[in-house]
Amino acid sequence: MILTNTNDVVKVGIAQMDVVKVPRTIRTSGLGSCVGVVIYDESKKIAGMVHVMLPDSSLSRTETINVAKFADTGVNALVDMLKREGVQSFKLKAKIAGGAQMFQFTSDKDSMRIGPRNVEAVKAQLKKLNIPIVAEDTGGNSGRTIEFNPDTNKLNVRTVNQGVSDI
Amino acid sequence: MNFNEKITLLHLDVLKEIGNIGAAHAATALSDLLQKKIDMRVPDVKMVSFNEMMELAGGSENVVVGIFLRIEGDAEGSMFFVLPVEQANRFIRRLIRDESFDFNKPPCSELGLSAMQEMGNILSGSYLSALSDFTGLKIYPTVPGLSIDMFGAIISIGLIELSQVSDTVIVINTSIYEEVISDDEAVKGHFFLLPDPDSFESIFKALGVPTT
Repeated sequence: MILTNTNDVVKVGIAQMDVVKVPRTIRTSGLGSCVGVVIYDESKKIAGMVHVMLPDSSLSRTETINVAKFADTGVNALVDMLKREGVQSFKLKAKIAGGAQMFQFTSDKDSMRIGPRNVEAVKAQLKKLNIPIVAEDTGGNSGRTIEFNPDTNKLNVRTVNQGVSDI
Repeated sequence: MNFNEKITLLHLDVLKEIGNIGAAHAATALSDLLQKKIDMRVPDVKMVSFNEMMELAGGSENVVVGIFLRIEGDAEGSMFFVLPVEQANRFIRRLIRDESFDFNKPPCSELGLSAMQEMGNILSGSYLSALSDFTGLKIYPTVPGLSIDMFGAIISIGLIELSQVSDTVIVINTSIYEEVISDDEAVKGHFFLLPDPDSFESIFKALGVPTT
């Protein structure tokens, strides 16, 4: 896990995850087909974020895997990380963003529609863990930078052409 | 083949040569197209982490004009032609003779967008045909897609295949420069060639380089 702290913003890179408490915020930038998953506990003001690249760890062809890379293992690992910080699992909620299709063209490669598949897989995993999705900004064809503030529970979503919104 | 363990300096040199030949042809094509001198920086072949990859064109949030295509055939992979927005604006204004064209102000004119796509087509076509001649491999580029967005969002599609076998990527990176008048104009474009993991073996085999 690589952390670079500037101005109390914890940055999460591609295929990475981390957890913050107030007053820190947590951020990941340049989400395309990847999905940023935020899982938080309002009462404890703790939030975790994982930047998922692929829907399923069964796609991996290596013996050891980076759990944060996949929707199925990443969501679980993030919940475990949050539990170690003392959250109560029944209080957890989620906000998700990303899963865009950045380029429009035809290819029979399955990997070309990875964005929607990532979103589906994240949702399936959250459902399995009974974590409700409170807000989402997914799909489309824009890149997104997201930042979550565990004090306000707002997820700030920034795009190049569609502006900024809080969900 | 597990390329993390088996790629040697010799292999990186071979890939560098591939980038060199491909990009030299692309730079010539661009130079012809724009009637302008275009310089090319000898390519950089690196094995980098995904997050280091994001830094190769100014960080994951940096807004760029990106052309992406898939390479199919005997060797497969992803190819990107990435330009800073200002540089792309200069090229397209020159091509379509419209000084008001601006990628920063969507919706952009269809003419400008299709000129950009065509430029991507010509450049990647000349890059890849040089590569095909050199290796004797039959490779076919798909029609390129165009996106004006954050670099991280654009490049991540090229990491999907690789991410299934590795947490690192071998990137063949060539910078191209427009001959500039002043230093502050010295922005540069990049070609990024990201072969799929299974293709390294085909490439090395075609060139008679042992992989075991």
